Order: sequence, then structure tokens, then C-alpha cells
Amino acid sequence: MAQKKKWFEIAVHGVFLILGLITVGCVLLITVYLVISGIPAIRQIGLIPFLTGKVWASTAAEPQYGILPFILTSVYGTAGAIVLGVPVGFLTAVYLAKAAPKKVRTVLESAVSLLAGIPSVVCGLVGMLVLVPAIRKTFRLPDGASLLAAIIVLAVMILPSIIKVSVTALEAVPREYEDASLALGATPVETYFRVSVPAAKSGIAAAVVLGVGRAIGEAMAVMMVSGNVPNMPGSIFESVRFLTTAVASEMSYSSGLQRQALFSIALVLYLFILLINAALNFFLKRDKEGS
Amino acid sequence: MLKKRASASRRAYITLMRTLMLAAAVLTCALVLGMMGYILGNGLPNITWEMLSTAPSYLANRIGILPDILSTLYIVFATLLIVLPLGVGAAIYLNEYAANKKLVSVIEYASETLSGIPSIIYGLVGMLIFCKSGTSLLAGALTLTIMNLPTVMRTAQESLKTVPQSYREGAFALGAGKWRTIRTVVLPSCVDGVITGCILSIGRILGESAALLFTAGSAHMLYGFFEGMQNAGATLTVALYFYAKESSDTGVVFAIAAILMLLTMLINFAADLAGRYFRRKQE
Repeated sequence: MAQKKKWFEIAVHGVFLILGLITVGCVLLITVYLVISGIPAIRQIGLIPFLTGKVWASTAAEPQYGILPFILTSVYGTAGAIVLGVPVGFLTAVYLAKAAPKKVRTVLESAVSLLAGIPSVVCGLVGMLVLVPAIRKTFRLPDGASLLAAIIVLAVMILPSIIKVSVTALEAVPREYEDASLALGATPVETYFRVSVPAAKSGIAAAVVLGVGRAIGEAMAVMMVSGNVPNMPGSIFESVRFLTTAVASEMSYSSGLQRQALFSIALVLYLFILLINAALNFFLKRDKEGS
Repeated sequence: MLKKRASASRRAYITLMRTLMLAAAVLTCALVLGMMGYILGNGLPNITWEMLSTAPSYLANRIGILPDILSTLYIVFATLLIVLPLGVGAAIYLNEYAANKKLVSVIEYASETLSGIPSIIYGLVGMLIFCKSGTSLLAGALTLTIMNLPTVMRTAQESLKTVPQSYREGAFALGAGKWRTIRTVVLPSCVDGVITGCILSIGRILGESAALLFTAGSAHMLYGFFEGMQNAGATLTVALYFYAKESSDTGVVFAIAAILMLLTMLINFAADLAGRYFRRKQE
């Protein structure tokens, strides 16, 4: 009887061990699948021509597969979204965590979670119907679907992540730091920006990195507002194509080497994401150790 | 007193920072309210009963979204059905069984990696793994399962952590084995986390589009649950994307967007309510 019970417990332990390892399994599965399906095209095209080629003409008679335009667009687009989104998000977070009266705080918090919950196609739709025509009219362009439109939409979409993580970091700052600063004669506003913010800097850095990850991975919303033409990004008014949208826009009708090249683009995107995750982890860990 | 002593530059700094802070907060609020007002204002008048209750038909020249609503419900249900046992099981392992610290940190790192992977990559890998014989709602649900695993796992783990150690010790002292303790003492106490995880996952599934584009497909056919799972179907978000791209009829696009907006608000409200209720219960 006791023997039977022991075996039963071991079996249950085994089942839970397998369930526990399932996330690790999923990450390995995704990595293996992306590497296996991404490598063949890179080998055939050559790593250097693939990464630095300036022309993407996958359906031409003599197809060319250069993804530099996509990489640069993703980098510029993300950088632009960060430049616009981080100041707004950061200042909102400081206000929310430190200065806002309780009622305002409740309202603002639900506004931020609502923004986080809005589906990306809805963001894209608003961008497509409001932002794109507005850009076309303001700058007198033939088409408003451009890098600028994508940057603005991305900036709005990363706001909630930046605000939430920054607020968490700012709230973890020990009350004593702020009290000491106030006791020394600093005003509340000076205390927030000269004591609380520096104390929470790792967490705020993590918020920015998280924003970078969100922006570089967003596909549907940018597809609807960026024009989706594989141009080298020359100015912010040009139609462009991101790494994510390059995969999404051709996948449904691709075949052969073109299809394999799309998997290679996904692999490049995945490597970017892994780097960003490592950076995020670094900052989050430092934040935990700091406080 | 401060006003008299503070130098001009200090006062300027304070005023500037306070203005910037307020401006940023107002801008954030205005963005949310503006988007909400625009979508609801344009969409609500376009929602008709005929649209909600029929399938699209070229003959009658109408776009009905009933199949899309059903596909969305099926996918939500199927995903939760698969992800809940997996996620809760993983959380139980981490909280109750795992003794090896290194293994725990590997699992947690993997879970963080999963939550950082963009949905388009999930869509692609889901297509490679689950769509050997074409797109289907089941393939979409399986893809979303991987995607929502970290969320369910984290919320379940958080609520497991709040179960007092003395409960477990009490059960052991009464002669219960480990599994019996978990089943009768630990699991019932983590219902909070499971419900919160459910709400968050539903929100994420409702808003997901890139991961479903190549896995669940884009058909608008009326099916029952089991038949539907084997066939391709567009969820509301995917349908919105295609109609926005292809159709000149913005009415239906706005209507779907308004429905999604209302659902988002509902989910947020539910999450808020659940969070508040469980916090009060703990105190």
C-alpha cells in the first residue's frame, strides 16, 4: 500500500515537472523552428547580401532579396516612437505615481489600461482614417501613409507599457528618500525629479526597453499606416515596410525561395527580440537588487 | 515661506516640470478619450441586428459578422480550455515542487522570453507547427495557447504564493500526501489567480490579429463548435483588418471596431472588479 502510494506521488511529481518545463519547451520549439526554416534562404542568398542588400524585389523576374530597407525602417520607426513616446509616458508616470490626487489617479489609471487593451487593428484603423489623411493634408503629400504615421501610431501604442513599468518602479522608491529630500527643503516637484526618478532609473530604463520591444514587434497597426512599399527609408514622409510587415504582407501568396526568405526575416526579427529581452532582464534585475 | 526664499530659477524649474507633467497626463487622457469617442461615435450607429445575426452574403449584398463573433468565442473558449490546465500546472510545479533554484530561474526566463515574442512570430511558428493541413480555428487556439501561457502561469503563481504555509503543514500533519494536499488545500485557494489569468487572456485573445492571420485563416462561415474548430475562420479583429483593407464600406469596419472597443472596456472593468474583490478578500 505504502509502496503504491509512493509510486503515485512520484508519477504526479513527474506530470507537474513536465508541465513546469512546458514554457522552456515552447521557447526551444520556436527557436528551433525559426532557425531551421530561416537558415536555407540565408545560405542560398548569402548572409552579407541578405542583410545589406538595398533592394527587395521578391516577385521580379530576377528576384532580389536585400532586407536592409526593412531593418533600417524598423530601427528608425522604433527610435522615432521612443523619441515621441518616452517623454510623454515618463512624465505621465511621474505624475501618476507621485503627484496625482487620488481621484485623478484612478481615472488616469483606467485610461492607461484601456489604451493597453485596445486591439492593434483598431489603433491601425484610427491611424488609417484620421492620421494618414491629416499627414497628407498638412504636408501636401500624394499619400499620407508614411514612416511618420507609423511612428506616431507606435508611440501611442507603447505608451501604456512605458507608463505601467515606470509607475511600478517609481512606487518602489523608499519613502524615506523622499521624506529626507523634503525635510532638507526641496519642494515636492524637485523631490520627484531629483530624488525619486534617479532612484528608479533602472526600472525606467526597463520601461524604455520594453517599449522598444513592443514597437519593433508590432505588425498589424503599422501595416495599415506605413504604406507597405519596400523603400529605403530616406525621409519620414516616404512609404516604408517594417521587418514585421514584410513577413505579414507576402506570406499569404509566397512560395519557394521567397517564402524561405520571409522565414529568414522572421529569424532576424527574433534575434532582435532576444537581444531586447536580455537587456530588459538586465535592467529589471538591477532594479530589484537596487531597491 | 518657500515662495519668498526660492530663487527665480528654482521657481521656473518647478513650474516648468509641473506644467510638463500635467500636459503629458492630459495628452494621454485625450488620446484615449479621442480614440474611444471617434470609434464609438462612428461605430455604434452602424451596429444593426441584421449585421450581428447573419453571415455575409454576396447575393443579398450584405456583410454579416455572426460567423466572426462565433469564431472569436470558439477561439477564446478553446484557448482557455487548453491553456488553463497547462499554466496552472506549471505554476504548481514552480511553487510546490521545484527545489532546484537554477531550474526555476530557467523556467522563469523562458516564460519572460515567451511574453516578449511579438505576435507575428507566434503566427509564423504556429503556421509551421500546427497548420500542416491548412488553417483552422484549432491551430489558432493552439498558437494562442503558447502566447497566453506566461500570463496564466504568472497570475496562478502569484495567488499560490499567498496560500499560507501553515495550510499545507496542517494537511501534511493530518496524513495527506503531497498530491492530496495540493488538490484539496492549495488548488482551491488559487481560484483568484486563475480567474484573473482568464480575464487577462480573454482580453489578449480578443485583441490578437497577427498571430491568427496565418493560423486561423480568414473565412466567414457559420459552423457549430466542433466543426468550426476544424475549419478556418476569421475572428473579429482579423475580419476588421480585411474589411478595412478591402471593403469600401466603412460602416461595417467601424461597427466591428466599436464592438471590440466595448469588449475591451468590459474586460478592463471585469479585471478591475476582480482585482479589487480579491484584494479585499485577502485582507
